[in-house]
Amino acid sequence: MELHSSLTLVLPEIVIAISALLLVLVTAYVGDKTARLVSILAATTLGTAAVMVAPALFEGAAGPDTVAFNGQFYADSFASFAKILIYLAAIACLLIAPSFFNRLSAFKPEYPVLILLATLGMSVMVSAGDLITLYIGLELNSLAAYVLASFLRNDTRSAEAGLKYFVLGALASGILLYGMSLVYGFTGTTSFEGVRAALTGEMSTGALFGVIFVLAGLAFKISAVPFHMWTPDVYEGAPTPVTTFFATAPKVAAIALTARVTLDAFGNQADAWRQIVIFAALASIVLGALGAIGQNNLKRLLAYSSINNVGFILIGLAAATVAGLGAMLTYLAIYVVMSLGSFVALLMLRDAEGVPLETFDDIAGLSTTRPAIAWCLLLLMFSLAGIPPLLGFWGKFVVFQAAVEADLVVLAAIGIAASVIGAFYYIKFVKVMFFDDAVDRVQGKSDAGHWVLLVLSAVIISPLGYLAMRWLGGLTDNAAAALFLAS
Amino acid sequence: MIGIEHYVVVSTILFVLGVLGIFLNRKNIIVILMAIELILLAVNINLVAFSAFLGDLTGQIFAMFVLTVAAGEAAIGLAILVIYFRARGTIAVDDVDRLKG
Repeated sequence: MELHSSLTLVLPEIVIAISALLLVLVTAYVGDKTARLVSILAATTLGTAAVMVAPALFEGAAGPDTVAFNGQFYADSFASFAKILIYLAAIACLLIAPSFFNRLSAFKPEYPVLILLATLGMSVMVSAGDLITLYIGLELNSLAAYVLASFLRNDTRSAEAGLKYFVLGALASGILLYGMSLVYGFTGTTSFEGVRAALTGEMSTGALFGVIFVLAGLAFKISAVPFHMWTPDVYEGAPTPVTTFFATAPKVAAIALTARVTLDAFGNQADAWRQIVIFAALASIVLGALGAIGQNNLKRLLAYSSINNVGFILIGLAAATVAGLGAMLTYLAIYVVMSLGSFVALLMLRDAEGVPLETFDDIAGLSTTRPAIAWCLLLLMFSLAGIPPLLGFWGKFVVFQAAVEADLVVLAAIGIAASVIGAFYYIKFVKVMFFDDAVDRVQGKSDAGHWVLLVLSAVIISPLGYLAMRWLGGLTDNAAAALFLAS
Repeated sequence: MIGIEHYVVVSTILFVLGVLGIFLNRKNIIVILMAIELILLAVNINLVAFSAFLGDLTGQIFAMFVLTVAAGEAAIGLAILVIYFRARGTIAVDDVDRLKG
């Protein structure tokens, strides 16, 4: 009976796993011409899985009914909120890919299969209730991601991005694992519940090192400063649909995982890890804002923007309260929409031969040659900068509010100051597009799917999005409360 | 008498060697792959030593998972290295500079 209820709880993951394995077989037998079909099937699978995890979201599920395999796996509303964001982002990345890769005649059915496997890994990550589950999910995601980064095999930049991502990602996994081995050694258990019970009061030096190493490894995965150095290179070198994927789904998964590890497993040591999270948050905000200033490549710039945004997300985590966690999830959802929109807009920029354009010089005067793309980008950039009345402002507002309520006034003040610095390069985008002489390099018709996603994300982050904020706030509060109840 | 602390010291030394191997090595990317393996072996020594010390099997099961994943990781790392070599014709660390930073 225990097995049956556990299997029911992991059914979405089972569906994705079986679908990925079947699609590998289809790919192996039929070959490259199935790429489009496999993409559609993969997107359908993820859609099905999203529908399956949705009920837990509305019920605010927590407690023993949501624990599978004796605490190895949590299917609570926190996990289901993160999973739905991950699945939707992954579906979007499946939909935008074909037209990009077809232009380079490099669309292979391995792409959707790898996305499915990476998504399965992320799904396990956000539900992990044990260090072993955490590690397996993280590696399943990372191994698929390394291959995705080097997906354009003949492109030296893509190969180099894959190589750098692999070396630094493997190092991060090693650091994380070493931390987990120390935590295991000093607590005698690998389950989050057990670790939480064992890590009370004064920590021994070994356990402290374990906690620090685990946090360092996780910081790598969410590209928080000081472990951010791979992000700009990988974002620039990887094919743009893959970069879109990296900037959305794995980020949600890694941040949700970090929240669960810190609040659940290390929940009794909040004073120890809060200092680290506060430092990482501040450093990410400042470095993300300053690093982006000199960049000419737009993908590199968006990479720094994502580092900057991770800083704001970590402010919500640093509050270590239900309100802070809810604010963090709200910000995360808004961030996913914003970065999806910006990368889709980048995907639409290409010259007459179909070569992707990705520097500031290429988009000069875009407002006269391609007004629709330019206006959508304007909305997205102002939203990323946090300028009201766009939705990006709301994300920053709830996070800062939670930080102030948790007595982190200084942190909030520095964050606000740094977000003003960050506004500089977002506004540079607008200046180049609207006030520079038109170069008219962007050519060719854009894919209908790209238009739909771009306009959709622009509408969501426009003031119309506030209509959904009450609803989103309810969902994130539910999700956040589940994590605190479970622990 | 060899106690738990001896094992932890050995694994710490291996771990530090592995991390230094990644950062100080200026020659060859294969050496980096070896350094990564060294880190994972350090972790395994830790896990198995703690497992024996605590009389708890979880650590040994964990070590099995780490071994399995390490094999997959090495396979993917070498595959990426091969396509990188095909594209660039070199695997020297100093030549990995097409992307600045």
